[in-house]
Amino acid sequence: MVIKVKVEFLGGLDIISSSVREHKCSIPLEEGEATMKDLIEYVTKNIITDAKDIPVFIEDDTVRPGILVLINDTDWELEGMEDYVLESGDVFTFTSTLHGG
Amino acid sequence: MTDEKPKRIKVTALCELCHARKAVMKRPKNLQKLCKECFYNVFETEIHNTITNAKLFQSGDKVAIGASGGKDSTVLASVLKTLNERYNYGLELVLLSIDEGIVGYRDDSLATVKRNQIQYKMPLEIISYKQLYDWTMDEIVSCAGIRSSCTYCGVLRRQALDRGAAKLGINHVVTGHNADDMAETVLMNLLRGDVARLEKSTTIVTQSSGSPIKRSKPFKYTYQKEIVLYAHYKKLDYFSTECTYAPEAFRGTARELLKSLEAVRPSCIMDIIYSGEHLVLAPKKKKVTTQYKNKKKLTEQQQEEMEINPDGSVSLKSKKQEFKDGNRCEKCGYLSSNKICKACVLLAGLEMNRAKVTIDNNTAVDGAAKLTKTLEQLSF
Repeated sequence: MVIKVKVEFLGGLDIISSSVREHKCSIPLEEGEATMKDLIEYVTKNIITDAKDIPVFIEDDTVRPGILVLINDTDWELEGMEDYVLESGDVFTFTSTLHGG
Repeated sequence: MTDEKPKRIKVTALCELCHARKAVMKRPKNLQKLCKECFYNVFETEIHNTITNAKLFQSGDKVAIGASGGKDSTVLASVLKTLNERYNYGLELVLLSIDEGIVGYRDDSLATVKRNQIQYKMPLEIISYKQLYDWTMDEIVSCAGIRSSCTYCGVLRRQALDRGAAKLGINHVVTGHNADDMAETVLMNLLRGDVARLEKSTTIVTQSSGSPIKRSKPFKYTYQKEIVLYAHYKKLDYFSTECTYAPEAFRGTARELLKSLEAVRPSCIMDIIYSGEHLVLAPKKKKVTTQYKNKKKLTEQQQEEMEINPDGSVSLKSKKQEFKDGNRCEKCGYLSSNKICKACVLLAGLEMNRAKVTIDNNTAVDGAAKLTKTLEQLSF
């Protein structure tokens, strides 16, 4: 079984994925439920083009501070952050706030 | 299983202000959960309060918005337009952009500003380094190297903004510096022991000595996270690519430190600004030592000497005598506290390098042959 979700990189964060902003992802699910943790792992393994760029996205096993995470346009802090349970059709938006203004 | 109606919203997921709509964001300032509408309202009202408390504007003012096309200045233009109409500020708003001449970065972001000009129906003025200084940032970097790029760019931009505003007959430039930027600057000055800057780093209105143009930061108390969210939810058109040249290394470190602190304690950005605002330096005590007495005898001699600052500029008077308004740079004629303004000092250094390449009476054709000839004539 797979969960189909969409991942977006905005605010200049698309540099970690060869300037591709939108990604359609199929997260494999063997049993139980997949959480945000699995999605983050999926992104690091499958979407980030160059392994050198992983620290741009990840720090201490979670999304790096300064990257704004939205789950279906809602702040992930309201959705349980890493413990959020993925559902098919979800849209995950990662926006860098660190880029110059 | 058959029921496909929208999910029921838990009470705890509701907006804490209107208690009617689903909350979409959590404010870093006070951890309040808000829906989109209430967020817009709170965000705009707070900026309005900052503006009125600091008495930033007066009716009839002509104000230039320093616009880079990035998120901060785009949101600033949008919010100021909204507030100007909602609260009848009576402001005439103009977009002022600086073209540093960085191919692949500034040319793209200026395209964004040009779209903003249409979206917000504001006049736009673009001032380029090339027309002002006869140097683009690309040329400067190829000449002086990438490491000092921010130093050059910063000094040149400051004057370019002033000149742009002066050209438009405007004496007030607003910039999109936000609370995160300000906290970052406080941290940097603290970490560097730069107490003179530390004291000034949190003022909302600044003015270079001698400059008739004041700058202000209406986003002084506005979190970066909220600016990005506002731009995202309002679908504002902004540009987000990092400058191609090396960012100021120390600021980057301070920014990371601040972001890590914010993750643990979101209010720390406000707290750092608050601390910065309340830091007042103790007045310097005059030490009357033998050294001082000896110096006193020398003062007559000293007054005839010119003081050379570390950056190579020359002070007009000794430090005790305060700077007087209206001094002009001897080279470019622009207002400056020194005999030669900082921009001219930097440019003079660059010109020395460039002058060697175009040697007089060089009639050779452009290209490789010219280069060889030029290299032959070079002497060190």
